[in-house]
Amino acid sequence: MKLRTAKRHFREGIKNIFRNGWMTVASVGAVTTTLILVGAFLALMLNLNQMADNIEDDVEIKVLIDLTANETQIKSLGEQIKKIDEVDTVSFSSKEEELENLIESMGEEGKSWKLFKQDNPLNHAYIVKATDPLDTVDIADKIKDFDAVQEVSYGKDVVQKLFQFNEYARTIGLVLIVGLVFTAIFLISNTIKITIMARSKEIGIMKLVGATNGFIRWPFFIEGMLLGVLGAIIPIAIIISGYYYLENTLSKQISFSFVEILPFNPFAWQLSLIILAIGAFIGMWGSIMSVRKFLKV
Amino acid sequence: MIHMKDVYKTYANGVTALNGINIDIDQGEFVYIVGPSGAGKSTFIKLMYREVKPTQGSIVINNTDMSDLKEKKVPFLRRNIGVIFQDFKLLPKLSVYENVAFALEVIEESPRNIRKRVMDVLELVGLKNKARFIPDELSGGEQQRVSIARAIVNHPKIVIADEPTGNLDPDTSWGIMQVFEEINSKGTTIIMATHSKHIVNTIKKRVIAVEDGLIVRDEHRGEYGYEA
Repeated sequence: MKLRTAKRHFREGIKNIFRNGWMTVASVGAVTTTLILVGAFLALMLNLNQMADNIEDDVEIKVLIDLTANETQIKSLGEQIKKIDEVDTVSFSSKEEELENLIESMGEEGKSWKLFKQDNPLNHAYIVKATDPLDTVDIADKIKDFDAVQEVSYGKDVVQKLFQFNEYARTIGLVLIVGLVFTAIFLISNTIKITIMARSKEIGIMKLVGATNGFIRWPFFIEGMLLGVLGAIIPIAIIISGYYYLENTLSKQISFSFVEILPFNPFAWQLSLIILAIGAFIGMWGSIMSVRKFLKV
Repeated sequence: MIHMKDVYKTYANGVTALNGINIDIDQGEFVYIVGPSGAGKSTFIKLMYREVKPTQGSIVINNTDMSDLKEKKVPFLRRNIGVIFQDFKLLPKLSVYENVAFALEVIEESPRNIRKRVMDVLELVGLKNKARFIPDELSGGEQQRVSIARAIVNHPKIVIADEPTGNLDPDTSWGIMQVFEEINSKGTTIIMATHSKHIVNTIKKRVIAVEDGLIVRDEHRGEYGYEA
């Protein structure tokens, strides 16, 4: 293909956007509506996923060391724990540190606990984190059998339920997103198909005048891509402004301080890029698939 | 140039349009195809640019055997054949200028040449001042002339016309015939299906009469032979 023909295809693709007036509006409208849905849903799912990850990362095992254990026993226990494959980090926390943490976490009331500094009733402890938080339960079970362990705690019931819930949430989210994207592809390519069907006669004429399939296809390809890109403009504007507003509002509301959404920069930009790519791809794909049928003249 | 041997065509709906056609047309000839409506003239013409494939028989155009012509090569065959369609087949959303230019864009002509040749040919058919109009804004006769301009703009070896004067007033018809004679004198083969007794009997050329899917008459400098 000569450069001037490439230019011609590009020009024609842009011209077709205007030539087809209302058909263009219809296609862009379909793209816009579906992309708004996809965008909103993606933002929601990715954030939920992130929150689930955060919560899971906070899960740790506290191994309370027997009060009678001596220094060597404590050390060898640490070694043993480290040797477990699924363990990521092991850190020692002395009973003094434990008390500090406790006092801090109790706030005002904790002050009275300072009395215990003279005679600390707490245990030394190992804080263990799993590489994959889902292995927490297994690790805890193994540690329980080691020597010099008084107690292993990780909020058993809560953790198991949390993991279960997160797993469901992720699966459902994934299924919904895939379903939504497919629906979007179907909807958009159908709308585009209608606009191209109206031009099936024209495609036939072009072939009779000696145009090759590629020559006919290219402008449609570019037109489809532009339809997708045009359709992505409003969804992207909504995502960016909406997300900005959401982040600002949440950060001001103390009651929501535990909700930590993905930061606006870069998340909103990344999401916009994804939406743009989905729009352009679906537009191209839809028009190429639709043109194909009418090329057999 | 154009050879057909024992060509039959039966459409999918069972209508038999051609019943064994044998014909040879040489480069530079001017041929009228005459015959009553439904005799098979249009099918005969459509075979030449491969809008229709024969059920049986062999067709050779420009030394290309159509029976083993690959689908991908068909556009290149069509570029050597300018076709004036009975229903014009103009692109409705393109202007007169763009419609004619399309035939040149397809062969990747340079923009400067396209401009020049399109304007020249529009002048030839008398539509230079309507270059920016779209087909819907033109009369039937004007649309036909756009179709003619598009067919001849890239100097094809063969020009095929299915009733090119059917919608034209007598003056314009003669103008168009003059254009045909001129490009014919430069060596272009002209094949023209027509119902115009007047034209056939005045500008004497080879006449091929088709009836019931068969060639019933083939005369040089022939007559129309039917009551108009």
